[in-house]
Amino acid sequence: MADVLDPYRPRASLIHRADPRVKVVVAVMSILITAALPLGAWPSYVLLLAAVLALSVAAQLGVGFTLKRGLIAVPFALAALPLVFSTPGDALASLRIGPLVLDASLAGVERFASVLAKSYISVQFAILLTATTRFTDMLAAMRALRVPRLLVVIFSLMWRYLFLFAHEAKTLRIARDSRSADVGPKSGGAVAWRARVTGGMVGNLFVRGYERSERVYQAMLARGYDGDIRTFPLKPLASSEYAALAGAVAILALLGLLGILFG
Amino acid sequence: MSGTAVGSSLAAMGRIAGGVGPTGGPQPMHIPDGFLSVPVSLVFWIVAIVVIGYALRRVSRELDERRVPLLAVLAAVIFAGQMLNFSVTGGTSGHLLGATLAAVLLGPWAAMVVMTAVVSIQALVFQDGGILVLGANLFNMAIVGVLVGYGVYQLVSRALGNRRWAVPVSGFVAAWLSIVVAALACALELALSGTSPANIAVPAMGGIHALIGIGEGLITAGALVFVLAARPDLVAPTAKATAGQKALWIGGAALAVVLAVLSPLASAHPDGLEWVAEQQGFLEAARDPLYSIIPDYVFPGISNEALATIVAGVVGTLVVAAVAYLVAQGVRRRATQQ
Amino acid sequence: MERTPLIEISNLSFRYPDGQQALVDVSLTVYEGERVALVGPNGAGKSTLILHLNGIFASQDGHVRVAGLPVAGEHVKQVRALVGLVFQDPDDQLFSPTVFDDVAYGPLYMGLPEDEVRRRVERALAAVGMQGYGDRVPHRLSAGEKKRIALATVLAMEPSVLVLDEPTAGLDPRGRRMLIRLLDSMPQTMIVSTHDLLMVRDLFPRMVILDRGRVVADGPSADLLRDRALLEAHGLELP
Repeated sequence: MADVLDPYRPRASLIHRADPRVKVVVAVMSILITAALPLGAWPSYVLLLAAVLALSVAAQLGVGFTLKRGLIAVPFALAALPLVFSTPGDALASLRIGPLVLDASLAGVERFASVLAKSYISVQFAILLTATTRFTDMLAAMRALRVPRLLVVIFSLMWRYLFLFAHEAKTLRIARDSRSADVGPKSGGAVAWRARVTGGMVGNLFVRGYERSERVYQAMLARGYDGDIRTFPLKPLASSEYAALAGAVAILALLGLLGILFG
Repeated sequence: MSGTAVGSSLAAMGRIAGGVGPTGGPQPMHIPDGFLSVPVSLVFWIVAIVVIGYALRRVSRELDERRVPLLAVLAAVIFAGQMLNFSVTGGTSGHLLGATLAAVLLGPWAAMVVMTAVVSIQALVFQDGGILVLGANLFNMAIVGVLVGYGVYQLVSRALGNRRWAVPVSGFVAAWLSIVVAALACALELALSGTSPANIAVPAMGGIHALIGIGEGLITAGALVFVLAARPDLVAPTAKATAGQKALWIGGAALAVVLAVLSPLASAHPDGLEWVAEQQGFLEAARDPLYSIIPDYVFPGISNEALATIVAGVVGTLVVAAVAYLVAQGVRRRATQQ
Repeated sequence: MERTPLIEISNLSFRYPDGQQALVDVSLTVYEGERVALVGPNGAGKSTLILHLNGIFASQDGHVRVAGLPVAGEHVKQVRALVGLVFQDPDDQLFSPTVFDDVAYGPLYMGLPEDEVRRRVERALAAVGMQGYGDRVPHRLSAGEKKRIALATVLAMEPSVLVLDEPTAGLDPRGRRMLIRLLDSMPQTMIVSTHDLLMVRDLFPRMVILDRGRVVADGPSADLLRDRALLEAHGLELP
């Protein structure tokens, strides 16, 4: 389960070696630009998609990597589906459901497809970031970007124990499933009972977590923890890294501007 | 657009509810990037930063450093707890968000920090929810979810008194409501962004989460019963509520009421059919002279009156809650000085 | 042999907030270079005693001194650098996202400069035979590897005393053998709490039996391990 959870994909690429601060800023900026593009700015969408694919090839992940994983957000697209029918415009097709006729408009389809495309491109930038950046480097980037230190420390400890509790949750689930094979499948009572059992498992995890946190606290104390948060100072960005950052931001800004002006 | 459209859209959202996130559980409430407009995303980022920043300060001021591992480990527990789902029927499954559970066991501020960690890691590492829209997701799950869960739990459990079943029953009600209200907030954000019409998004998200909330409620109640049996000290009711706490419960409950009552209004309003985004979109707003936007609407950039009413309602509730809280604080401070 | 007392425990008693009496009038002196095993049934008070050695539990009644320093108040930080505590479950001990961060944690909190911290991490990892593991993540290590890294996290603080809670618990035979060999190579004064009497026989010349919070026997392991009646009376057994 541990390996399934960690999205980092180690490769010897230039993108993997790039400074996490640069990568985080560029990824966030890409997502921002994507969101700011007008609806139906197809040439810009294509350019951004090409950019993310080129980067994922450069990161030695292959073209399919982000394309496939990017489908993650697809189910949510259904939330935008009504746009097809509710946006006023030239009727494209009619859908007859019983007595009701829904008119799909061209504008509606474009609108829906735009939301979908933006979402698909954005999530690929995020996937590329996490596949090429170790979590510890992400933490360093967060520190550099002034995320509150308390929150960064909590992220760091949480990350460590995520795998442990994911494993414990899995063990509990297997134990439950191996004992509850004969429970009637459909009745409401059985569902409520299953929910209660699941609740018990969550409560169990919670108590274990509480007790573990006390021992972790003792272990931290034993090595000198005093409530203060101490880490190595971050290395300043090299001038070449500044240049790379500036270049990437300039390209993205240009892309955004072009998209906004010309679609 | 009428009944049937709502119906089919409900079914569609049901499938969203069944969509399985990378961490194994269905994650219907995590909005991905692309679904919210830039202005809406930024506004919710600001709200999230202010409120969570305050929660962080409260947590580091009031609680000793022991809390750092506690909050982190429990965030990992909630994350893992969300992976535990139980089958309901036909491939759908119930699962946990955990905001109410965290709020009941840790108090509102610590719970907000825990849920912030959970929701942020889900977005940053697992793409469960987007990055630009993280502010909105934090608002729905770490702020609204926690405050509503906490407020409703406190009010209901006080009303029920010291009965044995008060804890699970209040936990169920609070968890159910917190999910429904968070879903309404989510629907309103989608509507404000012009991604989903309010008259569809609100009943669909609300309806689906009225069902999903039952699972949340049952799991939360089950978890509370377990913790109550294993470590009663962790669920022990606080002896006496301060004025500040009371303001917080009322604020949380009021938030629930406002979102629950005004949301259906939004969808019933005929203007709900109009597309908000056309008027409030980033570019359109920039192209139009400013004065042509402002006078007609309650809120600049929002043409839909019902939506504007809701936004005003939500903002108003937050302001009222904040004022009530500050007044209560002032009263308490004066009381301690005397 | 020079006998400098390193750890002095006098008349220590401890009661948990829930009322459970964990230690009753415990007195124990450990000299520099000694290797002492604390044995006894579960709940005898071994872990509670260990947690007093670097001030995680403050003594309620009685005194604990380490290298002449009382384990209290302003000295606690110094004592924590002197006494390296290895917890039973390495998942409690290893709380950082990478092995390097974990081993660096102690030295960092001792206030050492960055290059010294890095040197110490390297030395500590080498001492437990885990060079090059710095970038690894704890959840992908085997139980034996975790135990060795846990030991490295305290070695990096260069303590005078190593205190280990159940070091061989949960290890497979090979992991256990490796760890025992590793412990044998450590020059520090060493105190372990353990159920592993074979390890006591091979590695710890002195043995202290605790039961229900009291010291019931304290002497050469060779003698005590031969006393079947004593072992049996306190729920112990040499396999």
